[in-house]
Amino acid sequence: MSDFVLNINGAKLKFSAPADETLLSVLRNRLDLTGTKYGCGEGECGACTVLMDGQAVHSCQTQVADAVGKKITTIEGLEQNGKLTVVQQAFLDVGAFQCAYCTSGMILRATALLQDLPNPSEAQIKTRMNGNICRCGTYPRIVAAVQQASHIMAKGGAR
Amino acid sequence: MSTLLSDPVDLALPEPSNVLRCFQLDRRTFLKVFGGGLLVCLTDGHALAQEAGGGFGGRQQVPTAVSAWLHIGADCKVSIFTGKVEIGQNIRTSLAQLVAEELMVPFDSVTMVMGDTDLVPYDMGTFGSQSTPQMGPRLRSMAAAARQALIQMAAKQWGVDASSLTTSDGKVTNSIGGQSITYGQLTRGEQIVTAVSSTSPLTPAKDWKVAGTAIPKVNGREFVTGKHKYPSDISLPGMMFGKVLRATGFNATLVSVDTSAAEKMPGVKLVRDGDFIGVVAPDAYMAEQAIAAIQAKWTVPSQPSNKNIFEYLKNTPESVRGGGRPTASVQPAAVAVAQSSDSQAIELAQSYTVQYIAHAPLEPRAAVAQWDSSGKLTVWTGTQRPFGVKDELVAAFHLDPSKVRVLQPDMGSGYGGKHTGETAIEAARLAKAAGQPVRLVWTREEEFTWAYFRPAGLMELNASVQRDGTLVSWEHHNYNSGNAGLETPYIVSRPVTAYHPSRSPLRQASYRALASTANHFARESFMDELAHAIAMDPLAFRRKNITDPRLMAVLNAAADKFGWAASKSTPTRGFGMACGMEKGGHVATCAEVAIDPTAKTVKIVRVVSAWESGAIVNPDGLRNQNMGAIVQGIGGALFEAIQFSDGRILNPHFESYRLPRFSDGPVVEIVLIDRKDITSAGAGETGLVGIAPAIGNAIFAATGSRLRDMPMTPDAPVPGITASSFTT
Repeated sequence: MSDFVLNINGAKLKFSAPADETLLSVLRNRLDLTGTKYGCGEGECGACTVLMDGQAVHSCQTQVADAVGKKITTIEGLEQNGKLTVVQQAFLDVGAFQCAYCTSGMILRATALLQDLPNPSEAQIKTRMNGNICRCGTYPRIVAAVQQASHIMAKGGAR
Repeated sequence: MSTLLSDPVDLALPEPSNVLRCFQLDRRTFLKVFGGGLLVCLTDGHALAQEAGGGFGGRQQVPTAVSAWLHIGADCKVSIFTGKVEIGQNIRTSLAQLVAEELMVPFDSVTMVMGDTDLVPYDMGTFGSQSTPQMGPRLRSMAAAARQALIQMAAKQWGVDASSLTTSDGKVTNSIGGQSITYGQLTRGEQIVTAVSSTSPLTPAKDWKVAGTAIPKVNGREFVTGKHKYPSDISLPGMMFGKVLRATGFNATLVSVDTSAAEKMPGVKLVRDGDFIGVVAPDAYMAEQAIAAIQAKWTVPSQPSNKNIFEYLKNTPESVRGGGRPTASVQPAAVAVAQSSDSQAIELAQSYTVQYIAHAPLEPRAAVAQWDSSGKLTVWTGTQRPFGVKDELVAAFHLDPSKVRVLQPDMGSGYGGKHTGETAIEAARLAKAAGQPVRLVWTREEEFTWAYFRPAGLMELNASVQRDGTLVSWEHHNYNSGNAGLETPYIVSRPVTAYHPSRSPLRQASYRALASTANHFARESFMDELAHAIAMDPLAFRRKNITDPRLMAVLNAAADKFGWAASKSTPTRGFGMACGMEKGGHVATCAEVAIDPTAKTVKIVRVVSAWESGAIVNPDGLRNQNMGAIVQGIGGALFEAIQFSDGRILNPHFESYRLPRFSDGPVVEIVLIDRKDITSAGAGETGLVGIAPAIGNAIFAATGSRLRDMPMTPDAPVPGITASSFTT
């Protein structure tokens, strides 16, 4: 066990963990940040997606030691002062979920996507989001939510 | 641990009883839970005669035959208690709409308390598309009767005739005197329990103002912020983390085990009870290390594989059911066959298959178990049957039912795959040994291996058809997968249909739509084959043989929206259709596929699906369910298959078990038909059944290659499926 300090959602969080424990396990099981989900533990479903220095990564494939010094954002860190991000609001407005277990990962993946490509085509959205599984099959609505967020951002909507 | 499940078909039967079991709500509990107010219990007419008006003044117990209850507090908040659970199908929202409609309160004032066995009346479970048609009317009746009770209370308080009182927006108003009082004010300081019958008149769907509208998911914000606690997210003070040792195959025997390395790990406690071996550790990482450090040797008997599975299923009847294959049942003639002048009939016989597939809910099985100092067991778990899991826990630990509570937080879905309590039992076993609460979350591999599967099935059909499209004979046999959707909706004299249960080599049970998917794949593909055999348009052939007006309506709606008349298939572009009805849902699905003749690939371009299930409770939720069913159905249609051999699952990972992804998604257009004159039916399942045959028929229309095995275009060959000329 080693002592770590991680920068998560703007806060410095201290904990002890083995260096090779996954970031997902640390978030969920040591820090009780359970908005990040376990889906497969193999980087195949995207449920565990978080942002590390703005890049979407699989937290189940990231060792905690490799997250040191990085700015980590989980789903809990998006809402600011009770205000949802444009992407969160778009998912809510479109109703882009059913059981919503995949939603955290989808929102973070979409957030990173729109930072890279503010005006993605439908094909680009599908390609960039393809690593995230929605078993309920709400993909068409998720694409619509990402497009809606893109449009609102283009009109000057925050973040 | 490996209790065999009951047959999947049994699980789909309507609830035989809605009677409260193992539950007594006494005065103390009422006060503790609700702090007073008005509690309205829905009961049947007989009990009502005895219990009506009985408050706690004279009685200490509420009626025992109760299927739901409703509480109104002084703050005007309405709480509805039901054993149904939310698994992504949006029932939390749609049931609340129905209550708000009949009670005449603002939608936001209604809270649904669901799936907590200590707080809600007994319910068999959430499956079979029963929540809307069964629980919906019950809650509506209860709310309507509660509204009448509130009117009576106001009439008494004001000393006026009840006929002059009206209700709206959570208030009773005297149309003569002009007085107005909120429901909360009426019940303030009261401790009233009343029973109502389910015979109150209900608001017709045509007059609905809250029900029937596209209200968003009630707690949607909790999900987009990550605040909602799913079963696998529950955390308790002092909670430890569990893992269970798994055998290397089904029906394995433990030969030897060395747990010494695991036991030396700091804080790790080993739990052994017969062949059940598990560990409990202070953190999840340590639990994983400890279970991996256990050295176990198992012997696994030789068992069937995908190869020859259909011969096996056909030749291995379920002996439990009477020692042999049941004889085929012959149905009475429903409709007389019109005699055609063309007596030359064409006969066809074909076989179709579906593989075992996995539900693969994105949240795997999970449970958090806690034993308190009084010996009471509380388990939070993801299940479609909280009371079923409670019963399993009662039996497994020999407990009094009052000593077990199961809570089901809204979970990461189920699709029929979470009916059982194995994870709850395992977590409880570990927690009992540890003396601490324990969280157990199955890995994806465990979920793929130790859950249960959608049954594989063999369907053998034969029919004869005259050249004018008249069906002369019809026979449809299903081996192993089930009898849901087995009956043909088409006109034919004395159709023969039979379900032949088999002894499945894999643990199998319910899957969304049950065998309806397999039977529709077979029937609707076969109908297409018959249509081609007589050179008749598949739409015209179906129209000729459909009498059910609701099925005809969705078929026409789908064909119109799709532009069927103008859809002429070419070698690179195919159009296909399918339709069916089951559990009150009527669906017709048209698919357009793009074919790459060189690469032999299929891309689904566009799907139009028309749906009708009576009066629509929430069009947004209904659209979402139907769209999701189409997308999910693409997986089983094209590439999902569990590969197994000798008691082992060979592809227990998303990397090797392919699910539908964004890139597979076609344009999906859902056409909803709102029949306000017909009672609402459930819509979680039947929307799934048309997509596979529609795709298969479209592929045939383009390529001339008939794919009769699901999955039709797997990424890797499935042993036992003969590859078609198109896909090789």
